[in-house]
Amino acid sequence: MKKLLVYLSHYKKESILGPLFKLLEASFELLVPLVMAAVIDKGIAGRDMGYVVRMCLVMVGLGVVGLICSVTAQYFAAKAAVGFATGVRHALFSHIQSLSYTEMDTLGTSTMITRMTSDVNQVQSGVNMTLRLFLRSPFIVFGAMGMAFTINGKAAMIFVVTIPLLSVVVFGIMLATMPLYKKVQANLDKVLGSTRENLTGVRVLRAFNKEEEERKRFSERNESLTRIQVFAGRISALMNPMTYVIINGAVVALIWTGAIQVDGGIITQGEVVALVNYMSQILVELIKLANLIITITKALACASRISAVLETEPSMTSPSEEGWTEDGTGSRGTVEFSHVSLAYRHAGANSLTDIDFRAERGQTIGIIGGTGSGKTSLVNLIPRFYDATEGQILVDGRDVKEYPLHVLRDKIGVVPQKAVLFKGTIRDNLRWGKENAGEEEMWEALELSQAKEFVEKKENGLDTMVNQGGRNLSGGQRQRLTIARALVKKPEILILDDSASALDFATDAKLRAAIRGMKEKLTVFIVSQRASSIQYADQIIVLDDGEVAGIGTHEELLANCPVYQEIYYSQFPKEDA
Amino acid sequence: MGAKRDTFRKILHYIKRYWFFVAMSLIFAAVTVALTLYFPILTGQAVDQILGPGRVDFQQIRKILETAVAIILLTAVSQWIMNVCNNRITYHVVQDIRRDAFAKIEILPLRYIDSHSYGDVVSRVIADVDQFADGLLMGFTQFFTGVMTIVGTLGFMVSINIKITLVVVLITPVSLFVASFIAKKSYSMFKLQSETRGEQTGLIEEAVGNQKVVQAFNHEKQCQEQFDEINGRLEKCSLRATFFSSLVNPSTRFVNSLVYTGVGIAGAISAIRGGISVGQLSSFLSYANQYTKPFNEISGVVTELQNAVACAARIFELIGEEPQTPDKEGAEELHDVKGYVELRDVSFSYDPKQKLIENFNLSVKPGQRVAIVGPTGCGKTTLINLLMRFYDADSGKILVDGTDVMEATRKSLRGSYGMVLQDTWLRNGTIRENIAMGKPDATEEEIRAAAVASHAHSFIKRLPNGYDTVISEDGDNLSQGQRQLLCITRVMLCLPPMLILDEATSSIDTRTEIRIQEAFARMMEGRTSFIVAHRLSTIREADIILVMRDGQIVEQGRHKELLAKNGFYAELYNSQFSGRKSP
Repeated sequence: MKKLLVYLSHYKKESILGPLFKLLEASFELLVPLVMAAVIDKGIAGRDMGYVVRMCLVMVGLGVVGLICSVTAQYFAAKAAVGFATGVRHALFSHIQSLSYTEMDTLGTSTMITRMTSDVNQVQSGVNMTLRLFLRSPFIVFGAMGMAFTINGKAAMIFVVTIPLLSVVVFGIMLATMPLYKKVQANLDKVLGSTRENLTGVRVLRAFNKEEEERKRFSERNESLTRIQVFAGRISALMNPMTYVIINGAVVALIWTGAIQVDGGIITQGEVVALVNYMSQILVELIKLANLIITITKALACASRISAVLETEPSMTSPSEEGWTEDGTGSRGTVEFSHVSLAYRHAGANSLTDIDFRAERGQTIGIIGGTGSGKTSLVNLIPRFYDATEGQILVDGRDVKEYPLHVLRDKIGVVPQKAVLFKGTIRDNLRWGKENAGEEEMWEALELSQAKEFVEKKENGLDTMVNQGGRNLSGGQRQRLTIARALVKKPEILILDDSASALDFATDAKLRAAIRGMKEKLTVFIVSQRASSIQYADQIIVLDDGEVAGIGTHEELLANCPVYQEIYYSQFPKEDA
Repeated sequence: MGAKRDTFRKILHYIKRYWFFVAMSLIFAAVTVALTLYFPILTGQAVDQILGPGRVDFQQIRKILETAVAIILLTAVSQWIMNVCNNRITYHVVQDIRRDAFAKIEILPLRYIDSHSYGDVVSRVIADVDQFADGLLMGFTQFFTGVMTIVGTLGFMVSINIKITLVVVLITPVSLFVASFIAKKSYSMFKLQSETRGEQTGLIEEAVGNQKVVQAFNHEKQCQEQFDEINGRLEKCSLRATFFSSLVNPSTRFVNSLVYTGVGIAGAISAIRGGISVGQLSSFLSYANQYTKPFNEISGVVTELQNAVACAARIFELIGEEPQTPDKEGAEELHDVKGYVELRDVSFSYDPKQKLIENFNLSVKPGQRVAIVGPTGCGKTTLINLLMRFYDADSGKILVDGTDVMEATRKSLRGSYGMVLQDTWLRNGTIRENIAMGKPDATEEEIRAAAVASHAHSFIKRLPNGYDTVISEDGDNLSQGQRQLLCITRVMLCLPPMLILDEATSSIDTRTEIRIQEAFARMMEGRTSFIVAHRLSTIREADIILVMRDGQIVEQGRHKELLAKNGFYAELYNSQFSGRKSP
């Protein structure tokens, strides 16, 4: 929670001035009855028409000053609250970006989205309301108590008892409902999850005719959300009636005590009325406060969900850039795995065991193996998406853990399995690789990735809009653009993680030939299921269940690696070869 | 304005269902207000019994205070019931709206879903509905009691002095006028705010959902910049909306102080002339105060309602979206489909300006295997969209067993196909749930048998919880190949009469693939199958090969015939081997 308050401290001035102006306004409000009293005592009693008019002008004046104070207060409160929320959203987004693959694997996307949107909004209105009311309400509550003491100590003791009692009720209800509101948000996450799933999986769900069932599933989640909301609301609804009972109970007690005191000649009838009035004033203020408390309770529940994200520490730290120097030993483009093993967090077994090889600059390394044999895990270690549990990975002769992350990742062009593009033009997407890439560089990359032809055919060329997720392009087009995106970067090392799976053989072959023909020698890692994609690699690593089953050239492996033989002949039956 | 009225009508329509609770809420609001206004009278009476030392009527006071206690308890109870009713109405209305929004999502045409940001739709169903709920609840709790209080105090004031009452009644509406002016202005600000929020949610969805790619490209900074740009705009419009709407309260309070002063002058003049007593004036002032308070509250609620209405408008926009054309009345149920599929002069394009498929003809007999090949982006996936009726053809007919698919129910048509898509979508649930998607009542043995047949069993049993392993939301705990195997198992379990396989095996290693193909071969036995594949070995066994290029079938025939033709197919086919001959 403290983490969040930091963002409010940027608005210290507003957070202090807002409530202060509110207080000022409240004080002016309290003056008005005094002026009216003067009107009654002097104006009416003295039949002084001029005095009445003058005093009324004073009252209008007080109203104007009150208006100005209050508008100022509202402005500061709004500014602080909105600015705070903006800061929190910024921090959340940037924090989520800094989390490593390991954390993202365990956290879900949709809860991240609710936390960044709905939760932040709730906190924003909580802060806004708090700044407007949190000084004003105690001011009036304790002010009224203080006034009571000036009248009569014994009667004032009723205030002394009532106020803590009220606090117990108010905070008790707050504590009781807080976990409930947390549950509400968790249920909301589920409703959101369902909605999202039905958008992302629309084709599959409709193909299986699941619409009816999905509606039921959603309704269940929706209903359980409603149930918990109604339940939480029912407890919150106790606040007003309970405070009403306590305050008016106190009023009854005041009248009774007052009656005894008046009977004893200690106070006057008028003073009893004043005491009752002060008590009523507290009630009015508390009703406002009760609404505030509900907002605050919700806001606190949401705030703790936000803090939970901010408190998730990235498990990977990047060495600072300061003092980082590229040493020019000329080993650029080499990758070395030295007895590397990898076990994912919470996984029982190793995903990779004792991987050991060296790739020289300009070499093409093919990686082949069965599903789940660890091919992707292996290449994910090079840009340090995960940290190896044992052993060392050296890029350009240095341990990847020594590099500032972005220096390391700048060297490497990754084409992931899933061809993801982002909303924007094709140009925008290509510039992911290199921010200031020129026209020529982009076309060059498109040509290499065999995407030039279809981009040229588009009416707007590079300025063609790509929808979210690239849904207006075919799988193959997307894949070629993701390859172009990696090539624009002009990396030293290129990783193609099964990136040609949606390409037909001809395109796949052309792509490989184009990369081989490049002037700048790239070290290329090709993960593939197709023997034809990797058979001309300088080294082929055959993986089987996370272990190396063989390393060598196509001919070598074909001669003495049974796993490779099996894969190869399944694709190229002997009679054909 | 008409649009807003329309939104109100729709909201009322949802509330109508809970008329009983609305009525209860109204009744108890009335009771609460009446009792609340009556309580000061009781205390006043009690105070009147305390005249001075020795002149206190304790017996009378006790009687009055006993009544007072009863009134307090009654008020509390009726207040609670009112609150509970309001809660119930609000959250049930919200539940109904969410249900309808979701139901609409289920029948929206794919065209809509493919062209809208998921984040925006999600933000409508979640954030907008939430805001609406807050506004509605506030509206209910404060509106009713407010109105009742106004009516009640008005009665008390009239009973004291009609002229001064007129002063109050004439000035007070000014606050309503101010409030509605501000509300009108802030409506567009709130709308801009929720639109900007939607835009931001879209970006979050994209960047957070694909965070791995973002990191791989060191693109965190740029994403952050983009985010901050929207965030900055959101801050600005949010500040304007929040501040502007918060002006209501100070301005109406200012109007109140004018009322107070007006009553003061009128009352003082009248008192100087002897019209009313000082005591009456002071109680008049306190009632005038009571009377104006609800106006403040109502006007405060009005801005909250503005926000709520702006949000509601966005939800209703979604709910009011044109659904896919419903099944024709008396549409045929396709039963025991044999597998004749015919496309007659089918034309289709996503964008009317860009022609895609034109006058497409195809005739497939039961049990035939149709392989669709061609360079990427030539319209292969589009064909699937048409076969499954995810999109409807612009012209021409698609017939299944001689029935025009437009004349058949979507359910029976889709149920006749088993589909494995390139996009290996799995739901957030257990492996078992995912496999049994097409057949929820499948037995344990059936599920296992399907998994064994698709060779998924061996990896599933090695997972920490076997078939009960929960697939995370984005399915990142499985490899692409494993996901693909599960998608295949899903179809294996139901075995519909026709199959659509979209590059289904592209991510599976060939060793597994060979086994799957055996299983597929068994599965395809006697079933019409459409296969979008890149593996020429698969294609060689097809009965019909459709060679596509730029949305058109350029060649059609069997492998050997097409090779002999030495056309586009031959070129495609040879490229695989040319790759093998020379590096």
